[in-house]
Amino acid sequence: MNEPATGLAVEAAALAKRYGHTWALRGIDFTIAAGDAVALLGPNGSGKSTLLRILATASRPTSGEVRVFGIPTGDGDAVRRRVGLLADRAPLYDELTALENLRFAAVMYGVPASVEELRTALDEVGLGRAAGAKVRTFSQGMLQRLSVARTGLQDPDLLLLDEPYNALDVDGVRLVDELLSSARARGKTAILATHHIAKGLAHCTRVITLGGGRVSFDGPTATFAASQAALDAGSWE
Amino acid sequence: MKNEWRRAWAVTWKDLLIERRAKAAFNAMAFFAGLILLTFGFAFGPDVPAGEAGQGTLLQQLAPGLFWVTVLFAGVLAVDRSFQVELERGGGALNALRLYPGDRKAVYVGKLLANVTIMFVMEMLVCPVAGILYSLDLWPRLPGLAGVGLLATIGFAAVGTFYAALTANLRARQVLLPLLMFPVLVPVILAAVKATDLVFHGDPMGELGSWLQLLGAVDVLFLTTCLLVFEFVLEE
Repeated sequence: MNEPATGLAVEAAALAKRYGHTWALRGIDFTIAAGDAVALLGPNGSGKSTLLRILATASRPTSGEVRVFGIPTGDGDAVRRRVGLLADRAPLYDELTALENLRFAAVMYGVPASVEELRTALDEVGLGRAAGAKVRTFSQGMLQRLSVARTGLQDPDLLLLDEPYNALDVDGVRLVDELLSSARARGKTAILATHHIAKGLAHCTRVITLGGGRVSFDGPTATFAASQAALDAGSWE
Repeated sequence: MKNEWRRAWAVTWKDLLIERRAKAAFNAMAFFAGLILLTFGFAFGPDVPAGEAGQGTLLQQLAPGLFWVTVLFAGVLAVDRSFQVELERGGGALNALRLYPGDRKAVYVGKLLANVTIMFVMEMLVCPVAGILYSLDLWPRLPGLAGVGLLATIGFAAVGTFYAALTANLRARQVLLPLLMFPVLVPVILAAVKATDLVFHGDPMGELGSWLQLLGAVDVLFLTTCLLVFEFVLEE
């Protein structure tokens, strides 16, 4: 699992997702090579989070096919072992301390981590002093830092980040940047869904923009700036 | 397999620790159960003779049914709370439970063990309260009551945990949960009431074993079914 993956990390064919009468995604086709970093851009409601949730196996597509490292997302467990999602909603328990939250996540991920290692992970995200504090006393930024530490524990082959810069201070933004850079340096694949176009362009080699549930641009970062999609992006950033 | 048990135990540990600190389910259950028992006590009167219903007072004759009605209603609060904790902070924790690698049965087993523990502790507290209010001699019947209580609680929690997960994302969760649970729980409640009645008022025909076997069989059926389909219940 810690070896850099090769081949295709993600294959989506005719992917569609409907909530009631509303189509969140329609006819999505793309592939992402292993080791790539892709910025997934688009306005609110464009389907970015839905797409990430399908890739993470949290949600099933209405139609179409998705494979992650060649494994159909229908085979949930095999996919979940290789995918990590840093979502905008913190997967944390208010009544547990930061250390207890991390310990619980480590056991659930099947990561053998000692208390010392967990404390080190908290130190790295600047929460060393708050290790024994209950999460309900944390600010939004601290919650996001703890979520970053939690994702770091799993060390997934495909890292999905859903609006990771929300509510973060300067140090928090740096932490997410480091998480992304570290994943890329180790040959991991990353998909960054964000409103921060500059961040997406800085960290990623390829841009996919979504609009109305469809892919409106798919190409290298260098060509994005000159595209119509970049002009459109100005209105929703 | 060992890893799955570790994960199940982690879920149990986490749920019990949260409950010990917040006491959200336990306080509500204890208060609610006490209130129901007291209401029944007033409604039937402490000294009304059982008459044709049997020896002693009417309350003593009705105690097994009243006790399990109390547990049934109070227990809904416990199983509902078990997935409510996953909905804090916009449901991020519930989403994470879906995304952890490994068999999702571990999540079900972990939640089930926590619910059985919380409910069994609640029953141990409710029992003496019922004993005092209804003038019941509990001490010599304690082993029998504990056996019936444990079997019935496992059946209740098996179904309750399953339906709590199924309704976790629904707005009308608190209305739907008992509506879905209670019809399925009819065999558990009937067997538990009958077995408790036999423990209290004697078992001249040797029926207790049959009722306990029924409870055990229903437990196995519920546990097996819920374990098999829980994977799909946890999906969005």
